[in-house]
Amino acid sequence: MVEHASQVAHQFEDATQQYEASTLGMWAFLLTEIMFFGGLFAGFFVYILGHAQAFAEGSRHLDLTLGTVNTVVLLGSSLTMALAVRSAQQGNRNGQLLFLGLTVILGSLFLGIKGLEYVHKFEQHLVPGPSFGLAGPHAQSAQLFFSFYFAMTGVHALHMIVGIGLLAWLFVNAWRGKYTEAYFTPVEVSGLYWHFVDVVWIFLFPTLYLVARHG
Amino acid sequence: MTHPTVSLRLYLGIFAALILLTGLTVGVAFFDLGGGRLHAVNAAAAITIALVKALLVILYFMHVRYSSRLIWIFVGAGGFWLLILFVLTLADYLGRGLFPLPLPWNP
Repeated sequence: MVEHASQVAHQFEDATQQYEASTLGMWAFLLTEIMFFGGLFAGFFVYILGHAQAFAEGSRHLDLTLGTVNTVVLLGSSLTMALAVRSAQQGNRNGQLLFLGLTVILGSLFLGIKGLEYVHKFEQHLVPGPSFGLAGPHAQSAQLFFSFYFAMTGVHALHMIVGIGLLAWLFVNAWRGKYTEAYFTPVEVSGLYWHFVDVVWIFLFPTLYLVARHG
Repeated sequence: MTHPTVSLRLYLGIFAALILLTGLTVGVAFFDLGGGRLHAVNAAAAITIALVKALLVILYFMHVRYSSRLIWIFVGAGGFWLLILFVLTLADYLGRGLFPLPLPWNP
């Protein structure tokens, strides 16, 4: 790897050491994120054991079509993010701009569809609280399901918004031609974050949407 | 060392596999595979497919496959600690018999 003095911070020997330290640092952060989302998943698993029928009923009120489309959209954004890193690694500025732009568009599309689902939930009175409209023997416990639904997808969406902010910053720097074969660490590290958010959704989707879909 | 450039073909192949697995997990969800009140077999199928998808993203999109041993240890530690969180939490709740599971010895 060619040394690029201007982009290596003074505490590092060379660009490779800086790259390895940055990557490891991002993984250390992602481990705390795993435990953060892990707590929500553990809570969900405990409650579904106690309220299996109510959670199944709640799950059937989610829009499977929109959920599946959103899964495909987010997986697509992970592909374009990986290709953006690849372009940066090859010093291909146009490729970086194209794929970073596509990733922003797909990420925003995901948030738009998620927002649409939220609007439907409000219209159908499926938001926990005084106006919760689901009747029947499981009405109380079903509110628990929707509390988990909004908390988990909401926190996930917040991570997406942060990710889109990172992508916008990368896009500006890529426009200025900052990322080359010798220095693409920020693109790589932001990519790790973006893929992590994708992995969280890979588990959220079956957990929330596919629980007892057939029943 | 930084990771080698991954070929476009491999990235597209991984993406195709992720989409196929998404279709599979949605399709499987419409069939009752058994497992009683908790739909245990369906849940196991959904979680297994999700794990495979996550592994594909982590190994290839996140380049862990091409990373140093140190990164492998970090990623492994993340999975291990998550397992501790789930296993100990559920062992406690299930061990106390708070939620009578549909097991042969439970009436």
